[in-house]
Amino acid sequence: MKEMKKVIGRPKYLKEVPNHYCPGCGHSTVHRLLAEVIEELKIRDRTICIPPCGCAVLAYYYIDVDMVEAAHGRGTAVATGMKRCLPDRVVFTYQGDGDLAAIGTAELIHAANRGESITTIFINNGVYGMTGGQMAPTTMVGQRTTTTPQGRNSACDGPPLKMCEFLSSLEGAAYLARSSVHSVKQIQQTKRYIRESFQVQLNDEGFSMVEILSMCPSNWKLSAVDSCRYIENEMTQHFPLGVIKQRETEPS
Amino acid sequence: MKRNEKVLLRGSEVIGEAALRAGCRCYFGYPITPQNELPEYMSRRMAELDDRMFLQSESELAAINMVYGASASGARVMTSSSSPGVSLMQEGISYLAACEFPAVIVNIIRGGPGLGNIAPAQSDYFQATRGGGHGDYRCIVLAPAYLQEAADLTYRAFDLADEYRIPVIVIGDGMMGQMMEPVVLPPFRKDLPTKEWAITGAGKGPSRFIRSLLLDVHVEEEHNWKLYRKYQRIERKETRSESYATEDAEMIVVAYGTAARIARGAVTRLRDKGMKVGLFRPITLWPFPTKALVQGAESAKKLLVFELSMGQMVEDVKLAMNGKAPVDLYGRPGGVVVTPVELSRILSRRYNAMQHEAQT
Repeated sequence: MKEMKKVIGRPKYLKEVPNHYCPGCGHSTVHRLLAEVIEELKIRDRTICIPPCGCAVLAYYYIDVDMVEAAHGRGTAVATGMKRCLPDRVVFTYQGDGDLAAIGTAELIHAANRGESITTIFINNGVYGMTGGQMAPTTMVGQRTTTTPQGRNSACDGPPLKMCEFLSSLEGAAYLARSSVHSVKQIQQTKRYIRESFQVQLNDEGFSMVEILSMCPSNWKLSAVDSCRYIENEMTQHFPLGVIKQRETEPS
Repeated sequence: MKRNEKVLLRGSEVIGEAALRAGCRCYFGYPITPQNELPEYMSRRMAELDDRMFLQSESELAAINMVYGASASGARVMTSSSSPGVSLMQEGISYLAACEFPAVIVNIIRGGPGLGNIAPAQSDYFQATRGGGHGDYRCIVLAPAYLQEAADLTYRAFDLADEYRIPVIVIGDGMMGQMMEPVVLPPFRKDLPTKEWAITGAGKGPSRFIRSLLLDVHVEEEHNWKLYRKYQRIERKETRSESYATEDAEMIVVAYGTAARIARGAVTRLRDKGMKVGLFRPITLWPFPTKALVQGAESAKKLLVFELSMGQMVEDVKLAMNGKAPVDLYGRPGGVVVTPVELSRILSRRYNAMQHEAQT
């Protein structure tokens, strides 16, 4: 028998504990990608994460970096305070759609506009997950949630917010990309974007954000496989994937 | 500027300069009258000094959360605002208290409720001394009445915040912010305390986190007990007050901040007329100087609370006295500031009524 070789394993900075996420949820995949990127960039010693209020509030149990929990929506303000005091650290927020695109919109826009050298990992699953599946600012038109039992009506609730496009007019926003974790190909793409967004911060180029379309089978009332299909067939129609903005860096 | 030299400064500048000398490294704030001179002073002075950071935030909500982030990283940090803005900060102050992050918050109180006006008031007493935001917590509340005291207490506020890992509120009003008085400024702090708990990146060690989410009720209860024990320690050690002409006083006026300045003038006038009136001035509003008040009021037949609000501190005075002497209120809300002469007439009437009652 040929000697066996380990080709893949648990990332060094993903703690060896079972996670609390529902089956088919996208959070655990994103956590893994973050742990991999942090290891590859060799920045674990100086990285600080600001976890959100929401399902990912317990991120400190899983990702092995320093963390300070923020109030709902205030991640980018907290990150601003930290990064301004610790300019040589890598500071990133991890926020959901309600946190980032509803209650924390003001803090996000102004942090991006100031070009704060921070990174935001934005999980867009179109619902308030932890509170039980209410309408989020990114809920699709027609999508049924516990507070839109007839489906989201854009005449009443407005259409779903496209945050990357929204921020793209801001000078301070250096890097904005949208990806998904519904397929292997897109998971790999997501990792590349996360890596690039951290690189933008390491180069001190300005604000960077990766929006990640993510499955929430429990609140979508879909199976894990159908949730992936929902992203592929529905969500990506409204939220186009790709790099939305990449500021040309001036030649030095 | 020579050491111990007196300089004539405006109140907002005194608070700002004392904060910088205490080692305040970051300031975050949003404009609101009547405290705009303070962020303006900070923006100017912080640019002159080494390693300081001034940032005008997009709201008071953002400002207090920037304070939270800076404090978590171990920096000495301050924000300032006035009543409506401090209302917006309450969410963040609750989180600061829960995570035991030190911070100094200056509230230059204005008339309210709602948008109110920009005149001097003390109507945020409840908000400051009862925690203010959600949950079971307290902030240390310092109430200077003179600009020298504003300098000393602002300077001290940073030490208290670090020692107890607690938000400290310094309160004043537009009158104190605008007036000018000679002040001896404290020296620049050189050796600031090291903060082992600060979140600065894990380095080679294990990763750490600070949070206020405690889902296990027993863990949350234990956390509340821990905070409570800290608050008891502060009550024992950090309570401050000043008594003026109280030794033989039959009526004691209780007032703080700007109201206490006015009351002192009124009490002096009445003493000149032979009336046995004294002044008790809380310097810490929380912890409230209960013990000192009860001891100082032994000879008093009556206590009269004078506050620029409609009956807030009077509750603490009643709690402190616990029926040992009757407690009356003279409140002037809405930003009205009476003169010492006007107040002396009120006090004189109440004093005479008290003596008349005693005779009949």
